[in-house]
Amino acid sequence: MAAQQDLSVFVRHRESGVAGMELAVENIRCAGCMHAIENGLAHETGILSARVNLALKRVTVEWTEGALRPEAVIERLSRLGFKAYPFLPASGRDDDTSEERRLLRYLGVAGFASMNIMLLSVSVWSGNSSDINPVTRDFFHWLSALIALPTAAYAGRPFFESALRALRAGAVNMDVPITLGIVLALGMSVVVTWNHAEHAYFDGAVMLIFFLLIGRYLDQLMRRRTRDLAGNLAALKAETATRLLPNGEAMVTPIAAIVPGDRVLIQPGERVSVDGIIETGSSEIDQSLVTGETLPHAVMAGAQVYAGTVNLSGALTVKVEAAASGTLLDEIDALMARAVESRSRYVKLSDRAARLYAPLVHATALATLLGWMAFGLPWPEALIIAITVLIITCPCALGLAIPAVQVVAASALFRRKVMLKQGDALERLAEADVAVFDKTGTLTLPDPDLVNGAEIDATTLQAAGRLAAASRHPLARAIARAAGHPAPASDVSENHGAGLSAIVDGIETRLGSVTYCEAGAEAAIVAARHPAASLIAWRHGNECAVFAVDQKIRPEARDCIAALRGLGLEIRILSGDRSEAVAPVASALGITKAEAGLRPDEKLKALDRLSAKGRKVLMIGDGLNDAPALTKAHVSISPISATDLAQASADIVFIGDSLMPVADSLRIARRARNLMLENLWFAVLYNAVAVPIAVAGFATPLVAAVAMSGSSLVVTLNALRAGRGLPRQNTGVAA
Amino acid sequence: MNILVILFPLALGLGLLGLAAFFWCMRTGQFSDLEGPSWRILRDDDLRSPGDTRTNDH
Repeated sequence: MAAQQDLSVFVRHRESGVAGMELAVENIRCAGCMHAIENGLAHETGILSARVNLALKRVTVEWTEGALRPEAVIERLSRLGFKAYPFLPASGRDDDTSEERRLLRYLGVAGFASMNIMLLSVSVWSGNSSDINPVTRDFFHWLSALIALPTAAYAGRPFFESALRALRAGAVNMDVPITLGIVLALGMSVVVTWNHAEHAYFDGAVMLIFFLLIGRYLDQLMRRRTRDLAGNLAALKAETATRLLPNGEAMVTPIAAIVPGDRVLIQPGERVSVDGIIETGSSEIDQSLVTGETLPHAVMAGAQVYAGTVNLSGALTVKVEAAASGTLLDEIDALMARAVESRSRYVKLSDRAARLYAPLVHATALATLLGWMAFGLPWPEALIIAITVLIITCPCALGLAIPAVQVVAASALFRRKVMLKQGDALERLAEADVAVFDKTGTLTLPDPDLVNGAEIDATTLQAAGRLAAASRHPLARAIARAAGHPAPASDVSENHGAGLSAIVDGIETRLGSVTYCEAGAEAAIVAARHPAASLIAWRHGNECAVFAVDQKIRPEARDCIAALRGLGLEIRILSGDRSEAVAPVASALGITKAEAGLRPDEKLKALDRLSAKGRKVLMIGDGLNDAPALTKAHVSISPISATDLAQASADIVFIGDSLMPVADSLRIARRARNLMLENLWFAVLYNAVAVPIAVAGFATPLVAAVAMSGSSLVVTLNALRAGRGLPRQNTGVAA
Repeated sequence: MNILVILFPLALGLGLLGLAAFFWCMRTGQFSDLEGPSWRILRDDDLRSPGDTRTNDH
């Protein structure tokens, strides 16, 4: 069927007759790729501009309205050797971008102000130790106030707002001491300037805002980046459905444009990309991605189908449903809701630090005030010392300690084809001490492959391959792939549910089920050798062969398991598949603790048992049936081939066939966590030195400035180590 | 000390100029891709030679 493609949902129409589209592109690695894409597209007539964003691996293309169809752009890119997927900017993204821009503007203003105030302050400091004229000093202080007060009112807003929100909710967060520190420091400085004092803390207050904004900005950058990557993920999956229009025409439409009530045609061999009810047709469905079960299920009109399953034998018309009401999905929904509760109990490292920090600082400042008053100092002077304690303990280093490490570690992961969806996943991943794998699609590759290719001679494989190439059945496709995608044989007829046949050299050739090809004897031998494989037979006159097709173990799976063991993790398998299918994989990988035939709720219970023993579980899975377990686990990883729901539940997603990114991300996460802890300890150490100085009343503005910028610098430099010097670089992947 | 009356506004003015430049960079998307431009500068296609038909250098 010649179905047209419809990409119009992705096209953005601007004024003055320019249309534009954003594409996520696979395999952009270097400047060469960028050059090739931009030059290649620029030569196309009608295209006004093409610009590659190397950091995000996206291309923005603009063309004159009506000059070409959006599909032509993708086609041109594929001729250049790049697979591109149209990209629909997520709705939440604009909010994030504007928040990021707002923070960057604040950062710019705070940077400008702190540099100019420092210019004035350094003059005052050097003047104080020589012969500055008090009038000049007052003039400089007032000038500082003129810059500092508006700056604080403008650029300090993120902290003030957040502190107010927290106080209104009756809580205390990190921003409360920050706000208190800034406001008191500025207020005090104005008062002392009025009294012609030697020291004012305008520089300290503004520098504080500047450094804290850097931390806040990095945090926001991290969040936006993970969201961008999640958007790329959605585009890379590039799911489309063949929509049946009311007039009977078929139109290939991106999933994003499908609405409930649409009717969708699913050809044999296609992956089902929607949830819905079968209207017409009957077929067998491979539900391995949903339940982990590798045996096909028979379905007919009225039955529910789920996105992620594969239609094996007959064409189906499916009516799309928004909220699927299938028993399986209901059950999984309920399990997910339960699992989410347990996840939200995790307290982030930064929050734990904040909880300890705020009361401690307030208590110290108060104790300083009361202590000096008891010591006989008049209250204004005691108050000044107490405020300097607040300023000097303000968490510059603390605010940078974690976001800086997260940003560096996330980009190191990205280079290894691992996408982090949540910043705090790094901390949780680092704590994991047991890795639980799903089998189907996780330890094994998602598509089945020929496993007994070595026992079959090449001409037989070629002949079977030519026949298989005519079919879209997954088993046939595995054989065609093994034969190197030969040209399909002519005049192949497909017998529903049995196999294919064609006349070759005057004799009928068949490829299909064992009974259809009358190959029972040969099949028994192959079945004994490959008990878990699906068998498919070929007969040409007296010649006969039986192919065993099974899911192959992912490349580097053995290395990855060994690496995880080396990192001290216990390895387990929890699979929804039959135990005959699980056992060979487990033994091939040397995993002794494997459980098979588990339903989604039994997987959850197994995880519960582990966490009851105090274990921190890393769950790696891809199926719909894994989604509750992925949500429940302490931390979870999915391959890019996973179902949407599983991917949405996972904290981390990796791209490609190799399993090695799992071990790599664990290594990076452990390193990142160590650096975060190092940074936090450094902040503690800094306070241990600085606070006594401030309490004793020796913290001049100069001391405060040096302490603040010094500690922030150390913490940032330390964070840069997060991406370096891993024991094993995944060279095939490195950008 | 009268020189200060000229020097400080001058310093502030220069700082403001930098701030304005920073805002301009943000508005025109100079920070949207931090990796690409470092490679882009190495490209010579602004010196277009007539025989150059290179489109794909993989």
